[in-house]
Amino acid sequence: MRFARPTTALEATTMLAEETGLTRILSGGTDVMVQLKAGAIEPALIVDIKHIPGLRAITSEAGGFRIGSAISGAELGEHAELRALWPGVVEGCELIGSTQIQGRATMAGNLCNGSPAADAVPGLVAANAVARIVGPRGERDCLVADIPASPGKTTLAKGEFLTSIFLPARPPRSADAYLRFIPRTEMDIAVASAAVSLTLDATNVVIAARVALGAVAPTVRLVPAAADAIIGTKLEDEAVAALMVACSAACSPIDDKRGTIEFRTQVAGVLAKRAVLIAYTRAGGKK
Amino acid sequence: MKTIHVSTFVNGDAVEFICAPDESLLDVLRNRLGLTGVKEGCGTGDCGACSVTLDGRLVCACLVLGAEAEGAAVGTVEGIADGDTLHPLQQSFIDHAALQCGICTPGILVAAKALLEKNPDPTDTEVRYWLAGNLCRCTGYDKIIHAVQDAAQKMRSA
Amino acid sequence: MALDNSPKRVFTVVGTRPPRPDGVDKVTGRALYGADVSAPGMLSAHILRSPHPHAAIVSIDASAAEALPGVKAVVTAADFAPQEDDFLRDVLDNCMARDKVLYDGHAIAAVAATTSAIAKAALKLIKVTYKALPHVTDVDVALRADAPVVQTGRSLETVPEGMSQNVTGHCEFGHGDLEAGFAKADLVVTRSFTTAATHQGYIEPHACLASMTADGKADLWCCTQGQYNVRSLCAALLGMEASQLRVTASEIGGGFGGKTTVFIEPVALALSRKTGRPVKIVMSRDEVFKATGPTVSSSIDVKIGMTKDGRITAGEAQLRYSGGAFPCGTVDMGAQAAFAAYDLAAVRTLGWNVLTNRPKEAAYRAPGAPQAIYAVESVVDELCQKLGLDPLNVRLKNAAHKGTKSSYGPTFDDIGLVATLEAAKAHPHYSAPLGEGQGRGLSAGFWFNFGGNTCVSLNVNTDGTVGITEGNPDIGGSRAAISQMAAEELGIPYDKIRTIIADTSSLGHNDVTDGSRVTFSVGLATIEAARDAITKMCHRAARIWGIDEEAVVWKDGAAQPAGPNAGKFPPMTLADIAAVSFNTGGPIAGHYEFNADGAGVSFGVHLCDVEVDRETGATKVLRYTVFQDAGKAVHPSYVEGQMQGGAVQGIGWALNEEYIYGTDGRLQNAGFLDYRVPVASDLPPIETVILEIPNPGHPYGVRGVGETPIVPPLAAVSNAVSRAIGTRLNSLPMSPPRILKALSKG
Repeated sequence: MRFARPTTALEATTMLAEETGLTRILSGGTDVMVQLKAGAIEPALIVDIKHIPGLRAITSEAGGFRIGSAISGAELGEHAELRALWPGVVEGCELIGSTQIQGRATMAGNLCNGSPAADAVPGLVAANAVARIVGPRGERDCLVADIPASPGKTTLAKGEFLTSIFLPARPPRSADAYLRFIPRTEMDIAVASAAVSLTLDATNVVIAARVALGAVAPTVRLVPAAADAIIGTKLEDEAVAALMVACSAACSPIDDKRGTIEFRTQVAGVLAKRAVLIAYTRAGGKK
Repeated sequence: MKTIHVSTFVNGDAVEFICAPDESLLDVLRNRLGLTGVKEGCGTGDCGACSVTLDGRLVCACLVLGAEAEGAAVGTVEGIADGDTLHPLQQSFIDHAALQCGICTPGILVAAKALLEKNPDPTDTEVRYWLAGNLCRCTGYDKIIHAVQDAAQKMRSA
Repeated sequence: MALDNSPKRVFTVVGTRPPRPDGVDKVTGRALYGADVSAPGMLSAHILRSPHPHAAIVSIDASAAEALPGVKAVVTAADFAPQEDDFLRDVLDNCMARDKVLYDGHAIAAVAATTSAIAKAALKLIKVTYKALPHVTDVDVALRADAPVVQTGRSLETVPEGMSQNVTGHCEFGHGDLEAGFAKADLVVTRSFTTAATHQGYIEPHACLASMTADGKADLWCCTQGQYNVRSLCAALLGMEASQLRVTASEIGGGFGGKTTVFIEPVALALSRKTGRPVKIVMSRDEVFKATGPTVSSSIDVKIGMTKDGRITAGEAQLRYSGGAFPCGTVDMGAQAAFAAYDLAAVRTLGWNVLTNRPKEAAYRAPGAPQAIYAVESVVDELCQKLGLDPLNVRLKNAAHKGTKSSYGPTFDDIGLVATLEAAKAHPHYSAPLGEGQGRGLSAGFWFNFGGNTCVSLNVNTDGTVGITEGNPDIGGSRAAISQMAAEELGIPYDKIRTIIADTSSLGHNDVTDGSRVTFSVGLATIEAARDAITKMCHRAARIWGIDEEAVVWKDGAAQPAGPNAGKFPPMTLADIAAVSFNTGGPIAGHYEFNADGAGVSFGVHLCDVEVDRETGATKVLRYTVFQDAGKAVHPSYVEGQMQGGAVQGIGWALNEEYIYGTDGRLQNAGFLDYRVPVASDLPPIETVILEIPNPGHPYGVRGVGETPIVPPLAAVSNAVSRAIGTRLNSLPMSPPRILKALSKG
């Protein structure tokens, strides 16, 4: 195995593209190191991207924020303006692992690890975030929702990696929220999760919404029917009940050591209900 | 596997070592630098026994490559005391019987010190969540929380 | 001179909270644990483990591994001494599979190489041909006539005819007429329970460093609860004499019973013998879960009858425990402990040990008791609910007391159960109001406590300080407690004493640190060793004063002339006598060796408040209080620590911890990510109330305290959850999916 520490994106993508063996990007390392320890992967090349300029910065852009792909959860959480604009995205990222994990883990890494239970991803999908990818053929932008392909797999081509994630500007009276269920209070992988992003009009009616669920399908799932259930409403009981039904209907989870199909399906609806109420309140909504 | 030469700072001292490209910072600290106060409980970031600071951030040394330490500053339990004067947290852990077997203690001390540097007056709940990544199987955590809070109080009034 | 043998009541050092002697080493990272030492020329070794839950080993070809540069030796079961004795053969077979692998993770070969990475690479080059066999991991399935047989010919004569060959042992305890008892009851409740296997979860993985030389002498450093036991087992497995093997116990990073046997130690010795170099083995966390001691999994039926006014008329329990692929006697302890808290006219418990394709059980804090008492205390609680009775009053009404013939045979001496129950009843926790969706549970708990073989040396140094050499690894502050008892007896300050743990060549045999025996047994031996030294010091003073030896007493840390000589000479302190010892007969030391008896049983009562989220099945523990009789709390902080730590392990067992096996017979959660021990943010403060009902078997009244606290939480939490949600769960852990399912059924 070789370890490389490139200082430009071009250098990084070139070495990743040219390597014939298995390659891994190292940013926070919280997934790669575990896989190495378990002997699950034996990469020929590990590329530490943290020394590429810009990857460890959060910058304002067009009323939104561009988050470098090597920004850790702890750094994200310390950015007050970002937290004010996208609280649900930030809280999702901050739920990954312990304080120690937060010192290293990145949103981009959480996304590219390809886990359907990734805590950072539902919030990004609900936010309609866009990833900037650099590769052998240059730079491209891609919806975050289009990056996970299946558990452990992404749509990124050989040599490609994320340099940043863009969270757009928001209309007034907008907010988001993320909730997950775990058996303990910390340290577990989500058994089910839900993110909601919404915008209200001046009369407290939801005029736009996106609902995304995690750990209930092979990839994080956007649920338009759940959003439709609350758009045009003030979250009356029937609307929230319809959102729960739509969420549970969108689930196609598995039975495993972390939870049952039945449990995940039921709890995904509960989490979506609770998240939508939090987002509504954050957006200034009063029922 | 070709080894890598790394220059770094550990507990304030300039240190050089060589390591394999896939060698963790934990293995480097324990096996190459003799800093066995950094403990391995799981090797997967789930127990916190190997907690160290890396450029001031609390991390699990098992989830960092040794090679990543190039030019960085690493802090371990061995660097907490000031000569033969214990840090208030260390004294507090002894005074409050906040350790039984003691294997989790180095990691918890490093983590608690990082907390109090960021938040000198945490609530019990904040201490419990900050330390959620540090497993202790002996104490049930109760005396650990008391010890951290007592040290925090002493540090605030010092 | 005469010594007062009635339990002491007034203390100066015992009952205080001095700093522990190993404290500074442990907060500075200097304390040396199992994996913290190395030796010149040391090799690293790793172990190849079976991916199959049950398979015959057809062949092992290690030639490619042996040919890898850097590999120095490979060992398999063939490298150990054959064992005639069943117990030793099981220990060996568990360390290294012989003809069959019996569980996922069973060791099959080991490689020593110049680096850890080479040893790991070499494991992949060992070709093992297996013939897969049908497996069984569930205790109830293993009992069926058509179940796969884990091992043949292991059933003891006690097992009734016609049972599956997986049943290896049977036991029965009790007294009285059950039928007549149940006939007197106004209500009889019968329920079936299951509990999952849980792991001790010590944070320090097993680690050792072995070094054997060409003349057959060996040194072994390892983390263990009992270095003498390690010596006996390793010497037998290697075919060595005990005198040639010196075992040193490292600081130990938790054990809870799980470090009372050997796993890697004989393997490291065999590799060192084969290579002529020191060999170090450190287990990974995955190996710890797969191949070291979980506790038993269990399936239990309980039937209890009660009158309308809360008198228990009869109790019966049938316990089926599986300690994995090897016979074990844990069910005997469960069957004895099940009804120990009750004064019953009619009681019977039956136990069966069942083999399954799981790792060999190792002791876990009060082994066997938590499962059995969980089942009994759950049924008692249900009876109280159905009869509209206060659960604490019912336990008081039926509580075992001095003179009770216990359900397992012996008649109790002074025990603290009634006082402990009364303390719980009087505590504000018991009467605090509960909110919507909340429930309060309580449970009593019991542990026997052990005594056992113990040996202590106490050396009086010429500068007036004292060194104590004892042989039990300090797992939770025992060096402090031992020093305190010596200070108390000698009448010198605590900080004049240093207590160390001997290696096996420096002191006579000591039983393992288990059964909550150390503060009791080693403490008692320390007091007696101190008295031995005191007698010798009084003799020295008599000689100096030229008076009769019998005319000297030891008081306030000094020899004093007594009787007709009283006041004739100024007292001589320990330091005065020590300073001139070379002129009065030589060094002064006290010794004591015995097989301790009279440990004194221990009872505890736990109160637990929970809140259950009815939409997700999540349980939050809101308040938790532990009441326990410590006899005499030598170092109250470490007594509280035992009570708190045991309670939290029990809470984990009740809510989230479990071994999860797939249909393929493989362990699915061999790591701290999915084997969910409680984290700090899961818990409330754990309140403690220590009661001190002196144990007549100890000069200071000390009882063991370490194990009892893990017993009550299972039922205390379960009873609280059941009352909070209005329906009973009879299976542990009560994970959120199980609670949600129970709620949906109503």
